[in-house]
Amino acid sequence: MDEIKKNLQSSSKATHQDYFGKTITYICIAFVGLLVISILYFITTRGLATFTENHVSLWKFLSGKNWNPGMLDKHGQPQIGALPMIVTSFSVTVLAAVVATPFAIGVALFMTEIAPEKGTKILQPVIELLVGIPSVVYGFIGLSVIVPLIRHSFGGTGFGILAGTLVLFVMVLPTITSLSVDSIKAVPMFYRSASLALGATRWQTIYKVVLRAATPGILTAIIFGMSRAFGEALAVQMVIGNAVLMPHGLLTPSSTLTSQLTTGIGNTTMGTLPNNALWSLALILLLMSLVFNILVRFIGKKGSLKK
Amino acid sequence: MNPKTSDQLATGVIYALVAAVIGILIFLLGYILMTGIPHISGHFLTSAAQSFRAGGGVRDQLFNSLYLLVLTLIISFPIALGSGIYLSEYAPENWVTSLIRTSVEVLSSLPSVVVGLFGYLLFVIRFGMGFSILAGAIALTFFNLPLLTRSIEESLQDVSELQREAGLSLGLSRWKTITGIVLPAAVPGILTGIILSAGRVFGEAAALIYTAGQSAPTVNYGDWNPMDSASFLNPMRPAETLAVHIWKLNTEGVTPDAAQISSGASAVLIVVILLFNLMARLLGNWMYKKMTATR
Amino acid sequence: MNMQTYAFDKTHIIQIPLEKAMTTENLQVFYGDNHAMHDASLEFPRYRITALIGASGSGKSTYLRCLNRMNDRIATVKGKIMYRGTDINSDHINVYEVRKHISMVFQRPNPFAKSIRENITFALKRNGIKDKAELNKRVEESLKAAALWDEVKDDLDKSALALSGGQAQRLCIARCVAMKPDILLLDEPASALDPISTAKIEETLQQLRKNYSIIIVTHNMQQASRIADYTAFFHMGHVLEYDETEKIFTNPEIKATEDYISGNFG
Repeated sequence: MDEIKKNLQSSSKATHQDYFGKTITYICIAFVGLLVISILYFITTRGLATFTENHVSLWKFLSGKNWNPGMLDKHGQPQIGALPMIVTSFSVTVLAAVVATPFAIGVALFMTEIAPEKGTKILQPVIELLVGIPSVVYGFIGLSVIVPLIRHSFGGTGFGILAGTLVLFVMVLPTITSLSVDSIKAVPMFYRSASLALGATRWQTIYKVVLRAATPGILTAIIFGMSRAFGEALAVQMVIGNAVLMPHGLLTPSSTLTSQLTTGIGNTTMGTLPNNALWSLALILLLMSLVFNILVRFIGKKGSLKK
Repeated sequence: MNPKTSDQLATGVIYALVAAVIGILIFLLGYILMTGIPHISGHFLTSAAQSFRAGGGVRDQLFNSLYLLVLTLIISFPIALGSGIYLSEYAPENWVTSLIRTSVEVLSSLPSVVVGLFGYLLFVIRFGMGFSILAGAIALTFFNLPLLTRSIEESLQDVSELQREAGLSLGLSRWKTITGIVLPAAVPGILTGIILSAGRVFGEAAALIYTAGQSAPTVNYGDWNPMDSASFLNPMRPAETLAVHIWKLNTEGVTPDAAQISSGASAVLIVVILLFNLMARLLGNWMYKKMTATR
Repeated sequence: MNMQTYAFDKTHIIQIPLEKAMTTENLQVFYGDNHAMHDASLEFPRYRITALIGASGSGKSTYLRCLNRMNDRIATVKGKIMYRGTDINSDHINVYEVRKHISMVFQRPNPFAKSIRENITFALKRNGIKDKAELNKRVEESLKAAALWDEVKDDLDKSALALSGGQAQRLCIARCVAMKPDILLLDEPASALDPISTAKIEETLQQLRKNYSIIIVTHNMQQASRIADYTAFFHMGHVLEYDETEKIFTNPEIKATEDYISGNFG
């Protein structure tokens, strides 16, 4: 009797196991947290060096149109204007999302409203395969099919924003589609029944009820897609042309933040201005990734539909 | 336009969009496989790459890709498992947890080139590892961790709460309940998650060009001592992977048959990833059937 | 719904003239701000079956889950739970030890995704019983105690997930019994089962009563009257009446109890 009483009040193997297990998982998750903090810290400090050590003005960096970090301009200032790359990055991102969204919504509606069973059976693997294709393969196909095609149809070199957009469109399609499917699926069934019972056609129901209700979710999906497009490096780098020029249209070679980073980092020396300038580009990428994250959260909170 | 016509029109448009997407996939796979498979031969898979002459193979790149994949999984799986268990089983509902969840989300949405550059900065430069398989594996771990963590967390969450209660009500510790009851029940989901992440890791290049490097030095496949610099197992040697090879050939390559080699290498890449996907599906189904086997 | 309001201050709760298995004193449960259980003070007799009855949402399951600290991560529990002279609701108590003595069977059968044998031996092995003969003995004993042995003795190594609902629930009972606890808590163990399985479970409980103190939550009044020695009636987070089962079902003191057992409310 007394022994049981004692056991009840003292720790046992089980409690020790629990401490042990808890400790292990805490260490793992602390590692992940630490990792995120160090990524933010290192990229930020390196990215800011351009402004703190080399005293380049932030405004010049963001608005300058000439990128030639090794050279000085006529005022003796280094030529590091990132605007062409910022503009190109945003252009391909927005255009890719604009092209991809109708396809994504069409596929999502097919999988949820028109032929839920057959549609999912066929299209789920299609989406998974599109996700599975590595970005270099997209880049390679872009380079060997899309670029020549643009060259033959519109002239020029074929490299440029149009080629980048077309490659990215396919790459973000699965992201936008699968997240749209989730948000459309989350629309309660009785919304549809109510609308159909009032005599609305299927399309009226989809357009006026289902899509309306799923709008926040679809917006989130588009932002996720844009986030992926903005950060994509190699596939874009292979078809964009890599000329740091202000884009004059969809067909002239230009350069995105990511493509300039991938080409440049290997050719510069750590600690020099040209290298620091590249890290500043990386910092823009990081910040934009955070902005996309915040946007998603913001829309998620505002969204009327709860999961 | 009356509602009926617009209904029909809209349905038609949706069908067309779906057909276009399926067409795109068929074209992509068809193009890669049709142009690539003719180049895949025993010679292609077993000989070294050539820089200036035609007829090079992808032996070293293929091996490097697989070796990196294995190393990455060895490093990332335990951490992801611990983190997944934390998030699914231990995490209290408070601001720390939501901060951690946010961090995982941020990490998963970071561009892989940024993750690669971080690996370059910290491991290649600061820790003096140089371009090496190990640095590459670490960068890929960072890239892989959030997704793997989340898929493990989801698999654990899919196990019914009843199972946990059953274990606890028998006087088992939480830890034993998790490792002995919940985890085994979540194995099919976890395995599927690992295989799918393996596909992503296998095809990743942006995180690798400045960590594992862009060169594939000749290695000795008979030397099993990982400490030897010439050994194929040496984790400190630079290692160009298949995906990086494709990128390199197409951007700065001077190899005359770059297009053919790229096609072949792309086809190999796609076939391996398709196999991963197929494996994930079959294994998941099989394990599910086995676990719920009827007598 | 014809929900009459009843006074909560008028209660009839007896003290048990027998040896006690466990008691609670002023037990209160909060889910956040929601006060789910008010001042429940009950005494449970040893080697008897006590039934907790009441409408759904009356707090009976919440109460039961406190008795072996299964509410730890879900709710705040105040008050005393006395077991063998110890308040097991205090902070420094080893909850895993508590649950070895006070085991629980849940509403929905929850066998592990393992073989029938492993379902029983898993917790035993973790508690240091390694001897094969002893393990086999426990498997047989506990399955016999749960009246399942004859049905599964040839299939011990097959998956427990293939069992029928009734069999799975009896396996869960066997799994608890194998740990040789002192008290068995059952949370509506038969509510998801068909009448034949229910009858078998009740038979099993009658057998187990010889060696175990049993506290069972049920919404089935016939079940309570058939198997329980004592019955407590819960209503909206209050225990309104606690007495011998026969007394409760034939001559209740409280209006609410009377209305409930005669089907006049809810």
